Amino acid sequence: MSETATVSSRISDSFWRRPTILLLLLVTPPLLWLGIVYLGSLFALLAQSFFSIDEFTGLVRYEFTLKTYAELFRASNFDILVRTIVMASAVTIASAIIAFPIAYYAARYAKGRWKAVFYLGIMLPLWSSYLVKVYSWKLILAKEGILNWLFETLHLSWILQAYLAIPVVGGNSLSVSWTGTFLVFVYVWLPFMILPVQAALERVPPSMLEASGDLGASSSQTLRHVILPLALPGIIAGSIFTFSLTMGDYIIPQIVGTSARMIGQAVYQFQGTAGNIPLAAAFAVVPIFVMGIYLTLAKRAGAFDAL
Amino acid sequence: MDARPDQVASNNRILRQSALESMTPAVSLRSVSRHFGQVRAVDAVNLDIAEGEFFALLGPSGSGKTTCLRLIAGFEQPTSGAVVIFGEDATRVPPYRRPVNTVFQDYALFPHLNILDNVAYGLMVRGEKKAARHQAAEEALSLVALGGFAGRKPSELSGGQRQRVALARALVLKPKVLLLDEPLGALDLKLREQMQSELKALQRRLGITFIFVTHDQGEALSMADRVAVFDRGHIQQIGAPQDVYDRPETPFVADFVGSSNVLPSNMVEQLAGQSVPASLRPEQIRLTDTDGKLIGNVIGSAFLGAANRIELDVGGVRLSVLLPKTAAVPDLGSLVNLTWDDGALHVMRGEHV
Repeated sequence: MSETATVSSRISDSFWRRPTILLLLLVTPPLLWLGIVYLGSLFALLAQSFFSIDEFTGLVRYEFTLKTYAELFRASNFDILVRTIVMASAVTIASAIIAFPIAYYAARYAKGRWKAVFYLGIMLPLWSSYLVKVYSWKLILAKEGILNWLFETLHLSWILQAYLAIPVVGGNSLSVSWTGTFLVFVYVWLPFMILPVQAALERVPPSMLEASGDLGASSSQTLRHVILPLALPGIIAGSIFTFSLTMGDYIIPQIVGTSARMIGQAVYQFQGTAGNIPLAAAFAVVPIFVMGIYLTLAKRAGAFDAL
Repeated sequence: MDARPDQVASNNRILRQSALESMTPAVSLRSVSRHFGQVRAVDAVNLDIAEGEFFALLGPSGSGKTTCLRLIAGFEQPTSGAVVIFGEDATRVPPYRRPVNTVFQDYALFPHLNILDNVAYGLMVRGEKKAARHQAAEEALSLVALGGFAGRKPSELSGGQRQRVALARALVLKPKVLLLDEPLGALDLKLREQMQSELKALQRRLGITFIFVTHDQGEALSMADRVAVFDRGHIQQIGAPQDVYDRPETPFVADFVGSSNVLPSNMVEQLAGQSVPASLRPEQIRLTDTDGKLIGNVIGSAFLGAANRIELDVGGVRLSVLLPKTAAVPDLGSLVNLTWDDGALHVMRGEHV
């Protein structure tokens, strides 16, 4: 017993004398993981996108070309990009609007037990399976579903029918419309927006809001000039989640929504059934590219000034 | 117009004197209470602060002094009573419509704005044009000797500089009353002393009412024209620093303002024939060879630099005595005779208000 104690204390002594060794031991495994597994596969993906497929043989030609990227601009493919980016933007904006008051309440007013209730309420949906949640939404939105029944019972079916008659966002029923896809996306990714916004608001001391009021700002001016700028890094952090998760998802639009595809589905099909790995890779690069532009613009607009 | 500084000061004093007597008070609390559940943070406080006064709210933490300041600023609503600012009932007026501005304890500078925009913030929300508000902000910054700092971020400034920015940000709006919440609390000793005299000079120059909260009695005594001493939600005494120091009205004030000795009423009855507590300042007690008024047992001594302080046990009551450096320090455990001039013993009100 005492022997092992001396050995372990000797080890900790030598770590204490050479802290860099301990640091290396701690940091190397995760760095290898990130470096090789993550960045490596990312670069492999990038490399694939610069190859092309031979139209006769269906085999990948390992020569540098931009032909595959040019294919992204073919009408049918470009539609997929536009559709996905519009959807991701709409989901992000809606999430931010819904998340802000919830996060604000949690950061400013919830104390003790209510804070625990808040965290539980936000996290609980994340603990259940994603598929279960998506399928239950299909049941809610379906023609025979709860929502339809509710509208019928309230004799308000005509509102729903009028909405479904609107082109693009409407459809046969909510479960096969873009509105349905949008609703499920917002529901599923909302916690990823609430938590960073709440964390950002939590860091704003109450005295800062009092100072704003003291200097003559009304509540709406304080919201615009103090709270929103200080919450912005959190909103941006949350939007990275909602935006990129929406752009990459291929299950939700498959289960709830129209037959028109989004980027995730296109990647899934091109690398699978179609066997066109270069095009799948080119599609997969688009979200990374869009996020890069988005973050650069956000930084230039001063979104991270409060950090 | 070159007015001599002492002349200005005396004019100010005359103005202040007449303000005290005739004009409507700048701020007036009329039996104001603020209760948080069962806690009576501020309980039936009456207070009149004259225009142009440098007024200190002094007390230990939890005594209600900060709540009082927040009631004046409008961050708190009184449970009962009225807050009157320049004769107008401000009880239900939101902070952003009150002619008062606050320097916060943590300065509360906006981290996403640079120094110039921080100072110009109040003018911006009022809708002033950019050029006008930036010019006013520059002037306010030079008032606090921070002329070259306009483009920096608050995080790039030291504590003392941030404090000046907070001051400039409040003063740029030309408030009638400036509220300061522990303005020097976060600064180190040297800087604190420097800021004390700067604040005092600034207040003289601008002639506006300063109300500041502090737990440091030295700060209150050296800066303020008048002091209100708070304890457990009540004002124990209001008066000029000299009065509060020399003639404390309650044992709490005697003890808190300059750690005076508080003699219990039975001891005072023997000494002065009145059954009330009394205060006796440590520096006014002398050791004598004969004919002492009290006899004490020396139980401790400490060297304070400029003087020696000895602790005495007098029939179960603990007294401290400040001895000049030239006087010999008696040995521990020895008995000493104590005396003082007539009038040094100051009888007070009873224990409770």
